[in-house]
Amino acid sequence: MEAVLEALKRLDWSPLYISIKTGIVATFISFFLGIFAARKVLRASDKVRAVADGILTMPLVLPPTVAGFFLLLFFSRRRPLGILLYEGFGIKVVQSWLGCIIAATVIAFPLMYRNARAAFEQIDANLVYAARTLGMSETRIFWTVVMPTAGPGIVSGTILTFARAMGEYGATSMLAGNIPGKTATVSQRIAMVIQDGDYVTAGVWTAVVIAIAFVFIFVMNLISAKAVKGGKRW
Amino acid sequence: MYLNMDIVKKLNDFTLRISYEGSAARIGILGASGCGKSMTLKSIAGIEKPDKGRIVLGDRTLFDTSGKINLRPQARRVGYLFQNYALFPTMTVEQNIMAGLYGRGVDASKRVKEMITKFQLEGLEKRRPGELSGGQQQRVALARIMAYRPEAILLDEPFSAMDYFLRERLRLELMEVLREYEGLSVLVTHDRDEAYQLCDHLLLLKDGSVIAEGPTKELFERPGTADAARLTGCKNISRIIPLGPHRICAPDWGGLELTTAETVTDEISYAGIRAHDFTPLDQNSAQLYAQQGRNVIPVGGLTVTELPFEWYVTLSCGLWWKLPRDMHDHGFKSRIPAALTVDPSAIMLLR
Repeated sequence: MEAVLEALKRLDWSPLYISIKTGIVATFISFFLGIFAARKVLRASDKVRAVADGILTMPLVLPPTVAGFFLLLFFSRRRPLGILLYEGFGIKVVQSWLGCIIAATVIAFPLMYRNARAAFEQIDANLVYAARTLGMSETRIFWTVVMPTAGPGIVSGTILTFARAMGEYGATSMLAGNIPGKTATVSQRIAMVIQDGDYVTAGVWTAVVIAIAFVFIFVMNLISAKAVKGGKRW
Repeated sequence: MYLNMDIVKKLNDFTLRISYEGSAARIGILGASGCGKSMTLKSIAGIEKPDKGRIVLGDRTLFDTSGKINLRPQARRVGYLFQNYALFPTMTVEQNIMAGLYGRGVDASKRVKEMITKFQLEGLEKRRPGELSGGQQQRVALARIMAYRPEAILLDEPFSAMDYFLRERLRLELMEVLREYEGLSVLVTHDRDEAYQLCDHLLLLKDGSVIAEGPTKELFERPGTADAARLTGCKNISRIIPLGPHRICAPDWGGLELTTAETVTDEISYAGIRAHDFTPLDQNSAQLYAQQGRNVIPVGGLTVTELPFEWYVTLSCGLWWKLPRDMHDHGFKSRIPAALTVDPSAIMLLR
């Protein structure tokens, strides 16, 4: 017990801060991109849809290290895009917090995309038709009819996306590395302290992660329960 | 309201070709399921796009392939009552009714109040569609459409999702609404009672084509073709062999010979008799009728089905006979007639 308290006292909280920050930004980006992509894919022709769906879902199926490898290929400062970004705009992706965000977004995005798509697919087409015959503009239909109706699916997609983005390890470690106070996320810190044999610190971090995950899911469930009020339970 | 539509659309099993021009206030499209009825409505509303043709409502062209006009559904001012009502599940009754009023420069909350009163939705304003009964949902859907004052309303099988009891009442309610409504209404149904009650002009549709068209009552009296007669609910239809200008033989009714009021012309190949149009005869009358050369139909072996208010009787020659029944009378046996007769004017000659 004393060891745990001692570990808590000495604990550097920066990984938690970095993880949450990364999770929020990656979820924010995935949220809009995922919904946008889901809408576009649903409206595309069958062939385009099959190809686009495959590409957009790929990061979910691939091992994160493979995604990390591709990301390195793109953004490495020895590669055209990396050179362009660094020399043209002073943007550094590899070994930076931006790398954390990009890795987490790429890995978590498919969850948002797939959940949004499933939620949109379940919407009764007649709702949209009815809205159109009532003279509602497409934008208005999307925000007042489609999104609220798809609400529960969108919320659960967001939970999963956030959880995945916050816990990202493989691609992040390859692209962003494990720089304390800069790119060292909680999952990377846990892996590191376990390698050092410091099971007490690893345990403390694990407890923190479990607590956060629980609180987060609890809050999101409250929101989605409110969203389906008036609907039928089964 | 003037409507001119002439559209062609290729569907899976057949090609929908429908044309109508006229100014009837309440049009009905009657046909079996899958005959293209809903597709016709969706084309008028702009939800589906016909392959070619044109649709003119009042003085506005909604769709015209030759002039490359295809108004968006938003611009057509055509209301659509869906089979499942398509109420927005996350909005309250009030918000649903208000949905079509946004940005129209009308006093939305006043209009909503009007509709709430008109459709007897007081007290339900804050409810969501999931908390309403089927009948209430239909009223909300109608209120939502009427609130934005469309020039035409399209009704897609409005009662198919309802039980029998509710249906009767809602039909009367809808009749009231349509009577007050000044625009055009087009109702699609497979139920001939509904069509008869709610429409003053009918189009009978079969496999995507209009097989008969005309004022509802005339069409029921003189359907013209065998297919049309079947759609208007005529149970007895037989091929015929003409025997004289007013005399036919019906091979599908056991070779029965009958006298008709209408003249049998070359193009007549079927005859129809509605199941209610038979009159029972006792032994003496049957003999008398036979002597006078009037229509006498031998009864033979009967099959009888008892319904709450009717007997369904099938004669051995294949004819259906329906007769009203007293609630407390369960014995048809005592009422078996010696023969049946049918008035010559009740025999419909069909192409």
